[in-house]
Amino acid sequence: MQRSIGVSPWLPAWMDITQSATGLILALFMWVHMFLVSSILISHEAMYRVAKLFEGYYIFGQSYPALVSGAVAAVLLLMMLHALLAMRKFPQNARQYQLFLGHKKRFRHPDTTLWWWQVVTGFLLFFLAPMHLFGMFSQPDMIGPYASASRVYHTHWPLYLVLLFAVELHGAIGLYRITVKWWSFKGVEADVLHRRLTRVKWGMSVFFIVLGLLTLTAYYRLGVEMQDQPGLRYSPATEVSQ
Amino acid sequence: MSDTAPVTVEATPRTLTLEIFRYNPADPASEPHFQTYTLEETAGMTLFIALSLIREEQDPGLQFDFVCRAGICGSCAMLVNGTPTLACRTLTQSLDATIRLAPLPVFELIGDLSVNTGKWMRNMSEALETWVHSQEAEDLHAMEEKMDPALAESIYELERCIECGCCVAGCGTAIMRESFVGAVGLNKITRFQLDPRDQRSDADFYELVGTDEGIFGCMTLLGCQDVCPKNLPLQSQLAFLRRKMARTGVAMTFQRRPGK
Repeated sequence: MQRSIGVSPWLPAWMDITQSATGLILALFMWVHMFLVSSILISHEAMYRVAKLFEGYYIFGQSYPALVSGAVAAVLLLMMLHALLAMRKFPQNARQYQLFLGHKKRFRHPDTTLWWWQVVTGFLLFFLAPMHLFGMFSQPDMIGPYASASRVYHTHWPLYLVLLFAVELHGAIGLYRITVKWWSFKGVEADVLHRRLTRVKWGMSVFFIVLGLLTLTAYYRLGVEMQDQPGLRYSPATEVSQ
Repeated sequence: MSDTAPVTVEATPRTLTLEIFRYNPADPASEPHFQTYTLEETAGMTLFIALSLIREEQDPGLQFDFVCRAGICGSCAMLVNGTPTLACRTLTQSLDATIRLAPLPVFELIGDLSVNTGKWMRNMSEALETWVHSQEAEDLHAMEEKMDPALAESIYELERCIECGCCVAGCGTAIMRESFVGAVGLNKITRFQLDPRDQRSDADFYELVGTDEGIFGCMTLLGCQDVCPKNLPLQSQLAFLRRKMARTGVAMTFQRRPGK
């Protein structure tokens, strides 16, 4: 066993803290993100206003889509940092894959199996999330009820469908794991708390996946409706009426 | 009991099928395989009783370890249908009629179901220095220092570990990475960290477990807590140690090392 003496003994502590912290921020961000995009379920106007909010319109009185690009870049950097740190935990060679998968199959232990799903979904996100992020980074002004619906309908729906499942499983399992990693369940209630937390975790995954599917369907249907009008942008009701 | 007491009618006893891992690493002709034994279940039968019967009546060459038969010595840990547990405390009636027994992974195989947990535990104990470290010369004639009963109780709670190896065999990290010290090692560190007689500082403990082989390697799969036959509070201890070591690591970042 190695001692931490030598260069940068503090590194393992920082890596562990940063892995959890970036995961926490990203998972909470994804939940907020889901609520924001699901504004389409309220109305086109609601979604338009959310998009305008993030372009700074309600602060500066003018839209700056570059603000969205900045936020996207920050999320991408957080993701890269999180991936770099989480990769330490992946099986590293054929032997480790054999050992872990054999263990998972023999043991049939829910938390062990869930970790494997986190590895799988995490790996998917390495590749699929940047596809979405680059689009948002390079065309931040193309976020809006009609523009987003066109994107979903014409090209992006398969990507978003896979991303939805990968994100909502990875995030909820991750938040659950951060909780049991850092918080001590004391006393006889440890088992009860553990069970309760597992239920909350599944509840969150199911809730956000259902919300996501409804949202995706709404964009897709809107995309179908306006397929004859490529490039059409939403005209806000507020600006027209006032 | 009176003569009129109803006679309980025993249901027909089940026939148990035990699929037992067989391999003798010392014999070059031996091939790892599962061998099937059948026997009739009796009331209150444990896996210890079942295995002893098989060895007595069917196969004297079958290797497995038992000492205390009461869940205290920790030598009979094995995989029962894939889950690490103590065979002496497992009633056959709690299992299906077909039972698969295999040796604990990670540990060196002696033969069949018998593994050398002692060797692994000794290596771990030496690496983590799991004994009280004191600078003061021990005066064997002096009265021992008094300890707060609540503190003594909480140390005793962790001291109940019997080093059976179940937590190691139930840990995905320990299975993948042989240098990982496992819940047994990390639990011992929290036990000595609590002990006022041990004069090691948090920085000293950080040297031992502030690594990816120590607490930061733990991925919190919770297999350890779920299989521990002594019901040790491993989740809460490991979370406690993680917080403490994380704080110590952060504090180290901002400290100048002595002599520099």
